[in-house]
Amino acid sequence: MIALERRPNTSRFWLYATPLLAVILTVLSGAILFTVLGFDPIEALTAYFISPLRDSYGLGELTIKATPLAIIAIGLAIGFRANVWNIGAEGQLTLGAITGGGLALLFYGAEGPWLPPLMLVGGMLGGAVWAAIPAFLRTRFNANEILVSLMLTYVAGLLLSYLVTGPWKDPMGFGFPRTRMFGEGALLPTLFAGSRMHIGFPIALATVAGAWFLIARSFIGFQIKVVGLTPPAAGYAGFSNKRIIWATLLCSGALAGLAGAIEVSGPIGQLTPSISPGYGFTAIIVAFLGRLHPLGILCAAMLMALSYIGGESAQIELGLPLAVTGVFQGMLLFFLLASDVLVHYRIRLRLTREAV
Amino acid sequence: MTKLTRRSFSALTLAAGAAAAFPARAADPLKVGFIYVGPVGDFGWSYQHDQGRLAIEQEFGDRVKTSFVESVPEGADAERVITQLARSGHKLIFTTSFGYMEPTLKVAKNFPDVMFEHATGYMRSDNVSTYAARFYEGRYVAGVLAGRLSKTNKVGYIGSIPIPEVIRGINAFTHSARKINPAIEVTPIWVNEWYNPGKEADAAKALIDQGADIILQHTDSPAPVQTAEERGVLCVGQASNMERFGPKSHMTAIVDHWAPYYIARTKAILDGTWASGDVWGGFDSGMVEMSPFNANLPEAVVAEAKAAQQAIHDGKLHPFSGPIKNQAGEITIADGATAPDGDLLGMNWYVEGVNGKVPG
Repeated sequence: MIALERRPNTSRFWLYATPLLAVILTVLSGAILFTVLGFDPIEALTAYFISPLRDSYGLGELTIKATPLAIIAIGLAIGFRANVWNIGAEGQLTLGAITGGGLALLFYGAEGPWLPPLMLVGGMLGGAVWAAIPAFLRTRFNANEILVSLMLTYVAGLLLSYLVTGPWKDPMGFGFPRTRMFGEGALLPTLFAGSRMHIGFPIALATVAGAWFLIARSFIGFQIKVVGLTPPAAGYAGFSNKRIIWATLLCSGALAGLAGAIEVSGPIGQLTPSISPGYGFTAIIVAFLGRLHPLGILCAAMLMALSYIGGESAQIELGLPLAVTGVFQGMLLFFLLASDVLVHYRIRLRLTREAV
Repeated sequence: MTKLTRRSFSALTLAAGAAAAFPARAADPLKVGFIYVGPVGDFGWSYQHDQGRLAIEQEFGDRVKTSFVESVPEGADAERVITQLARSGHKLIFTTSFGYMEPTLKVAKNFPDVMFEHATGYMRSDNVSTYAARFYEGRYVAGVLAGRLSKTNKVGYIGSIPIPEVIRGINAFTHSARKINPAIEVTPIWVNEWYNPGKEADAAKALIDQGADIILQHTDSPAPVQTAEERGVLCVGQASNMERFGPKSHMTAIVDHWAPYYIARTKAILDGTWASGDVWGGFDSGMVEMSPFNANLPEAVVAEAKAAQQAIHDGKLHPFSGPIKNQAGEITIADGATAPDGDLLGMNWYVEGVNGKVPG
C-alpha cells in the first residue's frame, strides 16, 4: 500500500527549485511528445521556446503578452496570501477597460499627455469598484467572494457588450459593435521604434517592486501573511479580518482594472466586445506558478506568455496543432503540483497491511 | 523596416500589382498564411476557411506553401499573429474574422509588400482587400422552407453578435417566410458569441419551449441542431453541412464555400495581377451553397426552395426587393425597389414579423 506522509520539515531549497524542475520535466516530456507526433523534437522545441525570443521585436511581443498577466497575478497573490479568493479578475479587468476606455472616448479630440495616466487611474478605480462588491458582500453578509467575484465577471462582460452595441458604438462603424478608435493622444507611448512594446511593461515592473515592498516590508503586508497563515493568531493580535478582506480585494481589483486599461490604451486602441482572452483566469495559474512571490510571478508571466507565443510560431513554422500549447501548459501545472506534493510529503510503501 | 524599402515599396504600390515585383522569387513556393478565430475542428466557420486553404494546396501543389494559426482571439493577440505571418515570409495572408479588421490594416501598413485579404470587413487599403459572401441569399431560401413547414407559425432564431450581417440574415429569412405565410413570427435570442455550444443549446431549448417548431442559427456549433433533433423540431445548419447532428431535423444548411475565391486570389499573386478590391459574392459566385435538402421534406416544398435559389442565382429575384415593411409597419423598401448594397451593409433594423428590438 502506498501512503503519503507529511515531511517533518519542508526543504526551502526544493520549494524554490521545483518550478524550475517542473519546466525541465515539461520540456523533456514535450520532446517525447513531439517525437511521438512525428516532429523533430529539437526543431519543435526551438520553434516553441527560442524563435519567439530571437529578436527585439519578439521580446517586445513577449512583454506585451506578459504585462497583463503579471499585473493581475500580483494583485491576486496578495489576496491569496490572506486566503481571500478573488476569482473575478477577468471582470475587474473588463471594468477597468470600460472606465479607462470611456475616458478616451470622453476626451476624444481633446487629448493631451495627461490623458493616458488619467485612463490608467480610471481603470484602477473601475476595477476596484467592481471588486468592492464582493468585498462588501463578504464582510457584511459573509457571502462567498469566490462565487460573487466570478459571477460578476459575466455581468461585466454584458455591460461592455451593451456599451459597444449601444451608447458607445462607433457612429461611422456600419453598426458593428465596437467604439471608434481612440485618438493618438489616448494611446500608451511605445518604447522603441518598430516594436509594439509600450510603457505597460515598466508599469508591470514597478508593480512587482511595489508588491514586494508591501509584502516583505510593510505592516499591512505582515498582517496579510498572518491572517492567511494562522487566522486565530491574527485575531489575538487584533488584526481586523474585515480590513484585510477590503484591502486585498480593492488592491487586486485595482490592479486587474489597471491591466484592462493598459490593454485598451496599448495594443487594442478601442473597446470591442472582447478585450481579454481570459487573462484574469490565466493570472490565477501565473500567481501559483510564481509561488505568490512578486519576482516569481514576473517569471511565471513571462513563461506563460512564451508558451502562448511559442505555440503560434510552432503552428506557423511546423504546423503543430494548437492543442499542443494546451498540453504544454497542462504538463507544466501537473509537474509543478506533483513536485509540490513531494516537497511537502514523502511516499511510504507499507508492506504489511494494518489491522482494521 | 528601413526607409529605403518603405519608399521603394510605396512606389511599387503606386504602380499597382506590387506582387509582380517578385519574379526573382518564382522558384520559391508562395507562402500563404491564414488566421482563424476558432478551432478548425470538423465543421463551422473556421473549418470552411481551412477547406479553402486545402483547396489552394491542391490547386497549386508545390508552387505554394500554406500555414495557419487557429483560435486567435480578436484583440491584442491578432496583430501579433498577423505580424508573425508577415515576418515569416508569407506574401498573401487571409484574416478570416471581422474582428481582425484593425489589426490587419495596422500590420498591412508595416508590410507594404505583403497582400492581405480580410473577410467580412469594410476597411481597405492598397494591400488589403475585403471579401464576404451574401449568406442572406441562403437565408431567403431557408425562409421558403419555414414559410411552408411551420405549423405553430413561430420560428426561433439564435443570433450571435448583433452586427448587420446577422440582422440582414434574420430579415431576409423573415421576409421570405412571411411572403408565403404572413402569420409567421420570428424571435431572435442573442448569445453574444460565435461559438458556445452550451449557450446555443439553452437558447434553442428556450425558443422551442416558447412554441417554435423551426430553429435557425447564426452561430457555429451543432448544438442547436442536436437540440432540434432531440425535441423533434426542424432546423437549418450553419456554415457547414450539419446533417449528421440531426438526420431528421436538419432541413438544409447554408454552406460557406471559399475555395473558388481563395484559388483566384492566390493565382492573382502568382501571376502578379493582384490588386486591392472588394468582393461580395452570392450563389452565383459559388461562395454560398445550400447543402442537400433533407430527404424527408415534401417534394413540392423542396422544389419551391430550389426554384427560389435558382432565381436568386440568375439575378431574377433579390431577397430584399420591396415592398418590405419595418416593425412599425412602415414601408422601408418600396414596391419594385431593391435595397442597395450600402443599405444592406449597415442594416440595423428589423423587418415586420421579427419580435423584440435590435440590441443597442
